[in-house]
Amino acid sequence: MSRSLGRVAAGDTGREQRSPGEEDFRSYYGRRVLKEPVWEWLVPAYLFAGGLSAACAELAAGADLTRRPRLRKAARLGALGGLATSMYFLIADLGRPERFHHMLRVAKPSSPMSVGTWILVAYGPGVGVAAAAELLPARLRRRWPGKLIGALARPAGLASAAVAPGVASYTAVLLSHTAVPAWNEARDRLPFVFTGSAAAAGGGFGMVCTPVDEAEPARKLAAVGAVTELVTSRQLDERLGVVSEAYRTGKAHRLRQWSEYLTAGGALGSLLAGRSRAAAVTSGLALLAGSALQRFGIFEAGVQSTKDPKYVVVPQRRRVDRGEQA
Amino acid sequence: MTVSRESFYGPLDDVSGDAGYTEHPERVGFFTDTSVCIGCKACEVACKEWNLLPDDGFDLLGMSFDNTGELSANSWRHVAFIEQPAPLRESAAAREADAVDLGLPSFDLPGAGTGEETRTDFRWLMSSDVCKHCTHAGCLDVCPTGALFRTEFGTVVVQDDICNGCGYCVSGCPYGVIDRREGDGRAWKCTMCYDRLSDGMEPACAKACPTDSIQFGPLDELRERARQRVATLHERGVTEARLYGEDPNDGVGGDGAFFLLLDEPEVYGLPPDPVVPTRDAGSMWARAGVAAAAFAAAAVSVFFGRSSR
Repeated sequence: MSRSLGRVAAGDTGREQRSPGEEDFRSYYGRRVLKEPVWEWLVPAYLFAGGLSAACAELAAGADLTRRPRLRKAARLGALGGLATSMYFLIADLGRPERFHHMLRVAKPSSPMSVGTWILVAYGPGVGVAAAAELLPARLRRRWPGKLIGALARPAGLASAAVAPGVASYTAVLLSHTAVPAWNEARDRLPFVFTGSAAAAGGGFGMVCTPVDEAEPARKLAAVGAVTELVTSRQLDERLGVVSEAYRTGKAHRLRQWSEYLTAGGALGSLLAGRSRAAAVTSGLALLAGSALQRFGIFEAGVQSTKDPKYVVVPQRRRVDRGEQA
Repeated sequence: MTVSRESFYGPLDDVSGDAGYTEHPERVGFFTDTSVCIGCKACEVACKEWNLLPDDGFDLLGMSFDNTGELSANSWRHVAFIEQPAPLRESAAAREADAVDLGLPSFDLPGAGTGEETRTDFRWLMSSDVCKHCTHAGCLDVCPTGALFRTEFGTVVVQDDICNGCGYCVSGCPYGVIDRREGDGRAWKCTMCYDRLSDGMEPACAKACPTDSIQFGPLDELRERARQRVATLHERGVTEARLYGEDPNDGVGGDGAFFLLLDEPEVYGLPPDPVVPTRDAGSMWARAGVAAAAFAAAAVSVFFGRSSR
């Protein structure tokens, strides 16, 4: 049947006619009820880069304490690189980027974006100092500022590692704390998808950038993260009622399916990555790509769920008809 | 000012007090009675003029007389037009059975008959939509800069010199009201004419409404008036009349701008049972905390155990 015709009729003839199995619902000329998110690709890119940075900060602190200098260096630089690109994405996505510092005029517990701002403020300096210690040229290390940075690197790295789990997980609340049906309904599961995705990305990064004899913790973190992501991500497809359709269809589905293939492949590859650097690099890259596609897929599902009034009207109407309180 | 559970969800008697005002005027609002809306769009025009809103371009949407489409950064009132078949009421239907009107010219003056006998099996619903100025406003809760604030009148307003266009409010609103303006980058929505209220005047839309479909006043008075209006309509046989957004026990703690509708809300493009996302803030942070703890535990544990070095 013609979907568009059915929808035009919806404004005037009552129940929208849909093919069998589909939900009947009424709407105003089939128009959206909610506004689409104004965010563009920069926001899912931030979700990925922020998660990568957080997992790298964890690996860096662990590598520092267990004396794995090459893993430590790669992870500290990865944490800084991820954070720097995150900052760029976040500021570039603003409607008025030159006013980014207005975020710092309040601390508002009811706004996950404000909470996230302050989490990043707490997280950033430690990452910066730890990475600076790695980048310092040898001749500067003997002067007093170099010595200071060298001495501060470990406490700074540990401080950022303490905040990193917040960086990896708060972004799930950032998305769920909205009226966007696909994100809001996923609120119980999204934190696990996001931290799993972050761990897989950070582990993958460590596998790519570190020789295999030092990369064991990265391989383990990648495997744990990938399995968590795979399991919890599946739940979005199945357990969210009407809203799961936004995850199971269209571009969101394609992005997340590729994410699943790459993440599963990368997780399997990480088992062989202890023996071969080529296998480590290949599976690390697959995990990074899988994590990024997961973020883009979830973002896209949210956008789709605001475009179609079905995702707003059907669950709410059902609740009203059952006489349930919101 | 005390922050309690009620600050985020559920009925809240004193919204301005909860926002920190010690002395403040009564909470004001809109009661939009769609049963007397004639679809003149004077509210849309008055709002545009008073608030100096840019035009949205010339667009014919092919949806009855509605070429505005929806509330947006540049349209703070939006009149919806719904054409639908309506079953004839008993008496009119009986008359219908006797004679079939062929629409031929008659000796009556055009428009002379405006009573029940002129009803057909078709009806037009018209409704002027606006920002709901929620008791628990999703947009206000998530704004990270403090640009959105609660006024002393209990309304919700964006400060354009603070807003940095992060767009969070756009996704935070369960009614799809607030939006970011193209080319400007900031979020805009109805202010309930904050400048006029401060001078003791009613908002431009209510002032311009020729049928008093848009009524402005203290919210408590409006709620009482609305309940009486529904009772009157029910007495007259308009049993489909219902209030939307007046209940302080609903998912947003009640709207500052509520409506009398003649069909289900979704027919007007309104969500049937909106909930402010802040309701679940506690449980969401708790889940994120568990996930963060698991993430930290995993990060620590991967450094223990057999090492291949």
